[in-house]
Amino acid sequence: MINKNNWSERINPVVRSIPPSGIRKFFDMATEMKGVISLGVGEPDFVTPWHIREGCIYSLEKGYTMYTSNQGLLELREEIARDLDITYGVTYDARRELLVTVGVSEGLDLSMRALICPGDEVLIPEPSYVSYAPATALAGGVPVTIATSVEEEFRLTADRVEKAITPRTKILLLCYPNNPTGAVLRRRDLLEIAEVVRDHDLIVISDEIYDKLTYIGSHTCFSSIPGMRDRTVLLNGFSKSYAMTGWRIGYAAGNSDFIGAMNKIHQYSILCAPITAQMAALEALKNGREGMRKMVQHYNRRRHLVMQAFKDMGIPCFEPGGAFYTFPDISSTGLTSEMFAEKLLMEEKVAVIPGNAFGPSGSGFVRCAYAASMEDLGEAFRRMSGFVKRNGVQSKIVVNL
Amino acid sequence: MNIPPGGQCKGGAGVKEILELLESNSKLTENDIAIMLSMDVEEVRSKIKELENNKTILKYITLVNWEKVGEEKVSAMIEVRTTPQRDVGFDSVAERIYRFPEVRSVRLLSGTYDLGVFIEGRTMREVSHFVATKLSTIEGVVSTTTHFVLKTYKQDGVIIEDDEEDRRLVVSP
Repeated sequence: MINKNNWSERINPVVRSIPPSGIRKFFDMATEMKGVISLGVGEPDFVTPWHIREGCIYSLEKGYTMYTSNQGLLELREEIARDLDITYGVTYDARRELLVTVGVSEGLDLSMRALICPGDEVLIPEPSYVSYAPATALAGGVPVTIATSVEEEFRLTADRVEKAITPRTKILLLCYPNNPTGAVLRRRDLLEIAEVVRDHDLIVISDEIYDKLTYIGSHTCFSSIPGMRDRTVLLNGFSKSYAMTGWRIGYAAGNSDFIGAMNKIHQYSILCAPITAQMAALEALKNGREGMRKMVQHYNRRRHLVMQAFKDMGIPCFEPGGAFYTFPDISSTGLTSEMFAEKLLMEEKVAVIPGNAFGPSGSGFVRCAYAASMEDLGEAFRRMSGFVKRNGVQSKIVVNL
Repeated sequence: MNIPPGGQCKGGAGVKEILELLESNSKLTENDIAIMLSMDVEEVRSKIKELENNKTILKYITLVNWEKVGEEKVSAMIEVRTTPQRDVGFDSVAERIYRFPEVRSVRLLSGTYDLGVFIEGRTMREVSHFVATKLSTIEGVVSTTTHFVLKTYKQDGVIIEDDEEDRRLVVSP
């Protein structure tokens, strides 16, 4: 006879062993409270530009409500190929080397499942987005994290990659500009990493969802580095650059063997990305460049304000070159990341995310997103300023955003 | 040194960006503008002063939704046809119109009429009276067509009743 309590034991042990997300508890706390200003949000504060929404509405009126091919609308794939060619000079065959996915999340899952054999090791820089390690484990791989440090501005170095390689290493995951640190890799960092990748015959999965949100230097697409195109699965999407998170639309680009294999899984599990989102993405690529440039300009201006606010508070924060996150070092308050975030939420109703939710090397840091209105940022930093002062940090001057 | 996308930095112009920021929010302080654009605060101050002096910046105004405080206002858009005059074209008749304080804006337009005049008053009667006695009697005005405003949806790029709020989850990875 099966007892009710035994159900959990019948769950796949791999799934059971995955720990709950580090931000879950925090999410529950923050959601319960009223009047919270959140700097804990990993998405743009802009609503999708109207021309994109309107384009989607029009497509519905025209009756675009059916399946598309598994790989996605050819017209959209052609636009994506064109965009990659124009922006990074890297060419993909829209028919065989591109796959439209349900956000980068699906692209990540597909690439892991298509490439990992049981026991293969995947190198994951850390701190990083919360999905990489679980997606690896769910695909039967072994996540091997590579810690990065604030001394190196949270950049991944070739040296650190080299040291983490074992005979079982198959994949290197790259995630720059980085969530949660905002770190970017310079072209010369990537060239050095590419050397190691070549020497050890690795495959690279490069999540470049924040590529357009680069403020220092210009973004280098990993596939555009000589010799890397064919051994790289490039993942990108529309969520961050076009403020389209809820549409769940992204893409994967890679050699036809990889994309073909990913498409096999995609066709049996997803079938195709929703056509409404595909139509919206098409409009974004065709007419969204100027709107995107404006949004990036806004982020960059807020980035300067937030950096100044931390400086004035006496909280050290390295300068993030991309995404819309700052990753200040809060250790001078004497609090752990979790205590800092929890107390700040309880006492000042400002939500930030503890840095260790993104891996142990995020300990002593918190992630503050500046994807928030100027008013909210101003008020949040006024409150935070009082908070850190009460916790013994000498601020320079009164923060005035 | 960081150069913001599409912008100039220390020593450069940066004027357009200062104007853009002030146009979107005239309450921004010189200090905030300097930080946002990675400029020196003194430089921002002197540039703004210069822009005010040379009348690039004409005025700092506030967009008010008067209905919120129960203030009744009536406004009308008036199409004005005129006879352009030798040497001065439309300018002299336009001036005679825009000098009236009731007139909020005057624009010369292409199309079936010449001047688009925007008038604001307390009552419909007041506006009608102004059109009948002042505007249409000006020399050079051939005819007027008055359109009373029933509802304003958007003004100066601002949606009056915008119900699009922040619907994001409080915390997300």
